[in-house]
Amino acid sequence: MSLSPLQLCLLFSSALFCVGLVGALSRSNTILVLLGVELMLNAANLNFIAFWRFSPSPSPATGVMFVIFSIAVAAAEAAVGLALVIAIYRHQKNIRLQEANRLKG
Amino acid sequence: MSVVVVATSASEWTALRVVDSLALVATATDRFLECAPVMLRDAVTGLLPDPWRWIANGLFAIVAIFAVFGLLFAFLTLAERKILGRVQNRPGPNRAPTPTFPFAKFLGKIRTYGLAQPFADGVKALTKEDIVPDGADKVLHFLAPVALLAFATLTLVVIPFGRNLVALQLDAAVLYFFAAGAATELAVFMAGWASRNKYSLLAAMRALAQLISYELPLLLSWVPVVMIAGSLSTVAIVEAQAGWKFGFIPHWHVLTPWGFAGFVIFMVAALAESNRSPFDLPEAESELIAGHLTEYSGFKYAFFFMAEYFGMCALSGMAVTLFLGGWRAPLPFLEFIPSYAWFGAKLLALILGFMWIRATFPRLRIDQLTRFSWKFLVPLALINLGNTVVWALMSGGSPALALARWPVCAAIIVVPFVWLGRAQSASYAPRTYRYAA
Amino acid sequence: MILPLVIIALLTIAVAAIAMTLRNLIHSALLLIGSWAGIAAFYFWAGAEFAAFAQVLVYVGAVSMVVLFAVLLTRRSRADLEVAPDAIGRGLGAMLAGGAVLGVLFGAVFATRLDVAPTAAPTASVRAIGQQLMGAHAASLLVVGVILTVALLGAVVIASTDREGGKEDAR
Repeated sequence: MSLSPLQLCLLFSSALFCVGLVGALSRSNTILVLLGVELMLNAANLNFIAFWRFSPSPSPATGVMFVIFSIAVAAAEAAVGLALVIAIYRHQKNIRLQEANRLKG
Repeated sequence: MSVVVVATSASEWTALRVVDSLALVATATDRFLECAPVMLRDAVTGLLPDPWRWIANGLFAIVAIFAVFGLLFAFLTLAERKILGRVQNRPGPNRAPTPTFPFAKFLGKIRTYGLAQPFADGVKALTKEDIVPDGADKVLHFLAPVALLAFATLTLVVIPFGRNLVALQLDAAVLYFFAAGAATELAVFMAGWASRNKYSLLAAMRALAQLISYELPLLLSWVPVVMIAGSLSTVAIVEAQAGWKFGFIPHWHVLTPWGFAGFVIFMVAALAESNRSPFDLPEAESELIAGHLTEYSGFKYAFFFMAEYFGMCALSGMAVTLFLGGWRAPLPFLEFIPSYAWFGAKLLALILGFMWIRATFPRLRIDQLTRFSWKFLVPLALINLGNTVVWALMSGGSPALALARWPVCAAIIVVPFVWLGRAQSASYAPRTYRYAA
Repeated sequence: MILPLVIIALLTIAVAAIAMTLRNLIHSALLLIGSWAGIAAFYFWAGAEFAAFAQVLVYVGAVSMVVLFAVLLTRRSRADLEVAPDAIGRGLGAMLAGGAVLGVLFGAVFATRLDVAPTAAPTASVRAIGQQLMGAHAASLLVVGVILTVALLGAVVIASTDREGGKEDAR
């Protein structure tokens, strides 16, 4: 069975998504977890471009538009997330995610 | 005069949208000097069979860029040292090896006025011991200068050096330029971090803070040009600046109120982005030894220098393209001079301005540096954006309106400039010293 | 046309996977920036130039700086950058979860009948993108602007220390 380019793109993005997922779940450093989430976001963006490029009747620039908005939101997310990392560091002097549980009941 | 048109092979690689380098076809009306580079290219690569020609054309462009800017770099270092020397009332390098000819004594010693200095420097850099600190991150320590030079060179390819001379024609060339340039910060950070030296690390932090701060005004300052020219392609932006008003005032963007403000903001931000004095905080020699360059020697150090000059050339070239009319002649009757000569002249003028500024301005403090960007340049660039909109809206109407937009737009940018400048300088003076009289 | 895609995909995935397993935080961050650049290369391959340059400009140029800054600000000694090995149970659990998701996704991709792709790539010139942004998507553009402004202000508020009354912070 031969793979179409679209399927290859989708496999690429799902593999990247899973790398990000494993990273986000297994690491305890907050920055690395955040980077794993960013990677998952990027993998999702790949799908927009792939479907835009290989859809039978592509609309002018919808996929690109989606990706541009997605990148903008991801940038905002990264900025806030890293500010949170710095705030956590100021409170507990390290950025281990397991120790940030002071609100645990 | 007819020039052989090189057809791009319609291979599947065109999906990559890499438009054939130098593919702009010289028209028959061009003079000989104008299309000489393209003819040279065709003469060299025409020997190859058609499917391979586009690779050869690309390689030719790469070799040309490296040769021209490599030589330019060599002599710019000399020029910089000479100019700095002249400003500081000393001769500068003037006794690089003077060739003597043992077989022809009558020639005597030939004075070269230090012109051989770049080559002497090159030999020195090549033969110096390459020291890597013991605790350094060896891979990153090696990668940093290479990455810096690579990114700096990448930015050069979209600049139109002449009528037919642009290595890569992209639809979003300006965006590409700043995307490639944005990566140079990473290399500076890698160098500072990998050296395992506290001064280098401080320099890396400073470089990050500085480059984040000045990225914003740099990007905002060229948006008006894109708005007016209606394109992100460098070739189209140069095209938009064609022609003369009344036959002698060129349509350069710098000659409009918003263009002038944008040009000044762009140049200030470019100074900071290329780590040049007075914004050379990452390598401030009186505070941080040499910053991120402290632990580098030999050819890696030379690479850093080369990247700095390449970056300076690229940013100046972009300023010429965006604001100074690119390769266009300033006056109609001067058009007989080939376009790349005009581009080179403008480029050198801007670079000499960089050197002059370096020789005369004292270095800023880090807090002054970031404050200057966030509280002065960014608001001004944003106001300039609105200013451009006013300009564009007023240009459509009657001649009276077109005349009135000059004072209006000048006022829109000058008033905030004066006001912000006063607010800024109020916080600087008078300066008090705690431990000195 | 497939070969560049395969090369880009393998390189990007390999770089990302190595980044997620390394112990040195700075190396991880730099490698992840490399994988972001790989994604930009994919956009370029697919013909979405504008998205590729936006990706490089935002991720390689801006997000990377913020990440590196955060890494440098949240450590006290160089040893802090060597992230301690995580619990084996967590790692195994993560691998299991990731593998399961990968299996589901791959199964879905293989099982779904997808329409045959057109041979001609769609074009998205900068002009067309600009007109769409200012026309059909103007409202979303405004919303994104508001989000970015709020995020900027929020990040500054969260990360800044209050100088006067920061008693509970001063530990």
